[in-house]
Amino acid sequence: MSKRRIIPGFGLSMGFTITYLSLIILLPLAALFLNAAGVGWAEWRSILGSPRIIAAARLTFGLSAVAAAVSVVLGLLVTWVLVRYHFPGKKLLDSMVDLPFALPTAVAGITLTAIYGKTGWIGCHIASAAAWIKTTWQPTGWLGDQVNSWADFGAAYSPLGIFIALTFIGFPFVVRTLQPVMEDLGHEIEEAAATLGAGRWTVFLRVILPLLTPALITGFTLAFARAIGEYGSVIFISGNLPMKTEILPLLIISQLEQFNFKAAAVIASGMLVVSFLLLFIINLLQRRLDWQNR
Amino acid sequence: MSISIHSISKTFGSYKALEEVSLEVPNGSLTALLGPSGSGKTTLLRIVAGLEFADDGPGKILFHGENVSGVPAGKRGVGFVFQHYALFRHMTVAQNIGFGLSVLPRSKRPSPSDIRDRVHELLCLVKLEGLDKRRPHELSGGQRQRVALARALAIRPKVLLLDEPFGALDARVRKDLRRWLRVFHNEIGLTTLFVTHDQEEALELADQVVVMRNARIEQVGSPQEIYDRPHSPFVYEFLGNVNKFTDPSGNQSYIRPHEIDVVFAAEYDPTTDRLARIQHLFSAGPVATLSVRLDDGKFVDIELSRKQLDDLGLSVGDEVSIRSNLPQ
Repeated sequence: MSKRRIIPGFGLSMGFTITYLSLIILLPLAALFLNAAGVGWAEWRSILGSPRIIAAARLTFGLSAVAAAVSVVLGLLVTWVLVRYHFPGKKLLDSMVDLPFALPTAVAGITLTAIYGKTGWIGCHIASAAAWIKTTWQPTGWLGDQVNSWADFGAAYSPLGIFIALTFIGFPFVVRTLQPVMEDLGHEIEEAAATLGAGRWTVFLRVILPLLTPALITGFTLAFARAIGEYGSVIFISGNLPMKTEILPLLIISQLEQFNFKAAAVIASGMLVVSFLLLFIINLLQRRLDWQNR
Repeated sequence: MSISIHSISKTFGSYKALEEVSLEVPNGSLTALLGPSGSGKTTLLRIVAGLEFADDGPGKILFHGENVSGVPAGKRGVGFVFQHYALFRHMTVAQNIGFGLSVLPRSKRPSPSDIRDRVHELLCLVKLEGLDKRRPHELSGGQRQRVALARALAIRPKVLLLDEPFGALDARVRKDLRRWLRVFHNEIGLTTLFVTHDQEEALELADQVVVMRNARIEQVGSPQEIYDRPHSPFVYEFLGNVNKFTDPSGNQSYIRPHEIDVVFAAEYDPTTDRLARIQHLFSAGPVATLSVRLDDGKFVDIELSRKQLDDLGLSVGDEVSIRSNLPQ
């Protein structure tokens, strides 16, 4: 390390980085796994294999993925408008995107429940639409259950409500990761494609979208990760019906409230492992797509 | 295919970028739009390409007599090379060059093997054989430039438009590429219009030079005509170095540095010469540049061949007599 640098302090800053990461991230995680490891293998399996946990896990990971995917579409649209057009109030709209970051999630949850519940502005329309579907088509099975729930409670107390909450908190991540990349694209590349005879749709699909894909994946990853861990905004709108609208973080809290620390640690560890694997796979995928190493 | 530009105007908000500009670009010519930044040359090029549309009014653009004023860029059949090339960085060189063919409507689109052949043909034309699988970031500036050119030529354009084609290259590559483009143009004979702010580039490369200033065309002509018979002081000053003299009644006259002779002070002839003292001497290169100071304090630049300078054996501080039809 005898190489002279213009700005010194590698040792100091690296030391700080390691200390900080250890104190804030590694140590608590290690404690968590240590706690969970105190439980035998059989108990691990019985806790994680219980139907209630499996239902919650499917709901959490499944809805988080769907919500992140929808956030990507919504985020792309919003970013497109914010980057490519000039209109009065643009700055205001731009700042509003960050609101879900700043708002206490419980406030978001209560507000969303009020709006999307049966008596809410939007929830009442969802309920009447669902009632109409129910009488017209009489759907059965899973969809039938959903429609019944919507007709009774609006979007509240159903996976739809959880999905709405997760989209609400997820889409700012997409906008903020996409915005600088889209601003960097510039007009020349589109004009080049246009002079070569490409129509607007072709320009979007074959030139713009591929260049945005790495950023879109990053946005998806962030929204997905946030959605998996989201608690505050979900628990109000979901109603927490066992086997139906319970999310994993809620089960962890309910174990903690019963002073069942070991079970909580086991669930949390399982969640961490799955999340880590998913994020790792997405990262690998992105590495392969990353043709932008100019 | 010739290009006729008839009384084109363009305003951006309250800013006038072009004011009733008319121009003929003969079939097969290599024409330079030359001017300082803000003169409207790039706007004119973009209007010819269909990337920008002229203000409503009598203005129109004709390609070989056919009015294309309302035709969008994609249907106009122009090859456009952007200043920073605008290559698609997620595609290989071959995909970049073949892009224009691959987006044709299905009925007109060549088969993948025909596209491959055409791409290969173009790669040979621009001397980039074997680089088809590279990505743009793996190429040098000059190579990127030629990929952009090949991509523009793939659609067999009627005219070729280049925006500051050498602006982003370093001096050495720029010179080579300039010469190459001249030969290339002679080979393919495509009507070409390019924008530049570099007078040397315009004079060396073009058959026809269009000097622009403040949204208007100042002068059109062959490089020789423009250099030797400038119509206005602006053109005189813009094309190469010039010494400017103002006589006591306010009239201005111009003389180029190479039009002045230097003789020994002993040979001073009061009818044609003026005495001057050498202030600075630059002789690294085939042409030596002298900066001399006249008795009234005015500085004059002079260009001599190295041989002339060596024969005279001059050095800084010497008094010389400079000879030309200088105003007294």
